[in-house]
Amino acid sequence: MADVSTHPGPPPIRAVPVRHYGRWVFVAVMVVALALVVRAFWGADIDYSVTLRFLTAGNVLSGLVNTVVISVLAQAVGIALGVVFAVMAMSRHAEVRAVSAAYVWLFRGTPVLVQLLLWYNLSLVVSTVTVPGVGSWPTNQLITPFIAALLGLGINEGAYMAEIVRAGIQSIDHGQSEAAQALGMSPLLTMRRVVLPQAMRVIVPPTGNEFVSMLKMSSLAYAIQYGELLQSAVKIYSNNLAIVELLLTVSIWYLALTSVATVFQGFLERRFSRGVMGNGRPSVRSRLLGLGGPGTKGAVR
Amino acid sequence: MTAKPMMTANPAMPVVSAQDVHKWYGQAKVLNGVDLEVAPGEVCCVIGPSGSGKSTFLRCVNHLEKIDAGRLQVNGHLVGYRERGGRLHELREKEVAAQRRDIGMVFQRFNLFPHMTALENIMEAPCRVKREAKAVVRERAMRLLDRVGLGARCDAYPAQLSGGQQQRVAIARALAMEPTLMLFDEPTSALDPELVGEVLDVMRDLATSGMTMVVVTHEIGFAREVGDALVFLDEGTIVESGHPREVCARPRHERTRAFLSKVL
Ligand SMILES: Nc1ncnc2c1ncn2[C@@H]1O[C@H](COP(=O)(O)OP(=O)(O)OP(=O)(O)O)[C@@H](O)[C@H]1O
Ligand SMILES: [Mg+2]
Repeated sequence: MADVSTHPGPPPIRAVPVRHYGRWVFVAVMVVALALVVRAFWGADIDYSVTLRFLTAGNVLSGLVNTVVISVLAQAVGIALGVVFAVMAMSRHAEVRAVSAAYVWLFRGTPVLVQLLLWYNLSLVVSTVTVPGVGSWPTNQLITPFIAALLGLGINEGAYMAEIVRAGIQSIDHGQSEAAQALGMSPLLTMRRVVLPQAMRVIVPPTGNEFVSMLKMSSLAYAIQYGELLQSAVKIYSNNLAIVELLLTVSIWYLALTSVATVFQGFLERRFSRGVMGNGRPSVRSRLLGLGGPGTKGAVR
Repeated sequence: MTAKPMMTANPAMPVVSAQDVHKWYGQAKVLNGVDLEVAPGEVCCVIGPSGSGKSTFLRCVNHLEKIDAGRLQVNGHLVGYRERGGRLHELREKEVAAQRRDIGMVFQRFNLFPHMTALENIMEAPCRVKREAKAVVRERAMRLLDRVGLGARCDAYPAQLSGGQQQRVAIARALAMEPTLMLFDEPTSALDPELVGEVLDVMRDLATSGMTMVVVTHEIGFAREVGDALVFLDEGTIVESGHPREVCARPRHERTRAFLSKVL
């Protein structure tokens, strides 16, 4: 590209930019609103040293670990179920499609908190679980708070993921699966190797959102005695009565978790945009990070 | 001819044999009794106006579409069905997939897999479908890329290639399965005029090597030079067929004449 200073043609344009006065009004309003909130918290009787001290308390940390564990596992269950039910939703067989539609209808149409409580109280519905040839267990021993939370959050999440995965699959040009079929690939192989990897580009961003909301939704498992972050705070403040202090403690941790999840989501989005970037060249950023953009063969299995 | 040895006993058996093939979508008759035989090593070019059923016929040959009446055989096997006890039984998806392995298809819009490099596009099916050793496949894929003049671009993604280059990779991808029959559906009509030649060169080279080909095309020059047979399809029936030069020079039917006068 030619150096602008040695450019032989007419002088470069020096126009007066448009002034956005509305922007300044907006900023001013926001600053005032923020000041009011800060003053309210400052004036209130809150001991922030308690908030900070409990950030690393043993109970809070184990609650944090449990929150991460249940969120990751429930999201994994949700993704697996979502893929299965999305594929079922596009089946040639009407009865298979009906099962998928019924699943989405049922689990998206009832509150997660109700679902969690139902799973937790499953023993009131079936008293023993029998696997033929393996054995039989009383339900109330099988359904621990952890299992109930995993089932409740995971199966609910599957209903949302099914819709996301279906939208992703349907965004892929039909010519792609035709080309795969013409090469002799089976429908399953076509889905796994050709359609899903491309659909990921459409699936990953909303899945990231889902996971961020899963991190927070897992706090509902507090209602079924699962020892996650919120429950640890409640336990502590019912002793020392520092209610707001501890709610702020867990808020800080939730913010930290969702921030990490957001960064991770950006990482995945770049990973799955391989080969389909605007002009087909890797961005400087993806090259620096060694992500699998075009031309970085190493990242391609 | 250096056509690959057929798996069947009779060397004279046609690769494609269509007898009175019908296909309809609801009320619309798209194929209306197509009769066609393509011998081993033969290059059969198909021309016809838009909507005459050319793509539909090609898609029937590898069972991307089901036929509604008639008989369609490839290498002596019914496409998509098995005949037992005087009745036709539909094949399972897996069996249809196995039939398609021997039939290569090249699409108007290339349909390369955008998330794979040129080399990965070519290696995918032999590795995953035929389960051949990766090293063997890679070597063959590189040879094919060299053959279509793109050995140096093996690590490029489709979005980094021109239309003509993409179509050449698509041809190499189909050839990597070592098919006995290649189907081309207007392989050059999505290309800028200056890129048409490089794709036709690859197809000419393929024809010379003895590959059996069915080519839907508007490139009459290619049909005349490379084709062994030319069929003119109109409203789902073959109106006229014969040697390309013969059909072009002396079309017997009014409709053929009218069509040729428009494309020549
Ligand atoms: N899936 C479908 N459902 C309904 N009608 C279809 C379908 N596919 C094709 N058709 C119809 O069948 C007819 C033949 O289509 P086909 O694509 O085979 O024509 P063609 O000869 O390849 O035309 P072109 O030169 O434009 O590619 C057209 O009238 C088309 O509208
Ligand atoms: Mg067509």
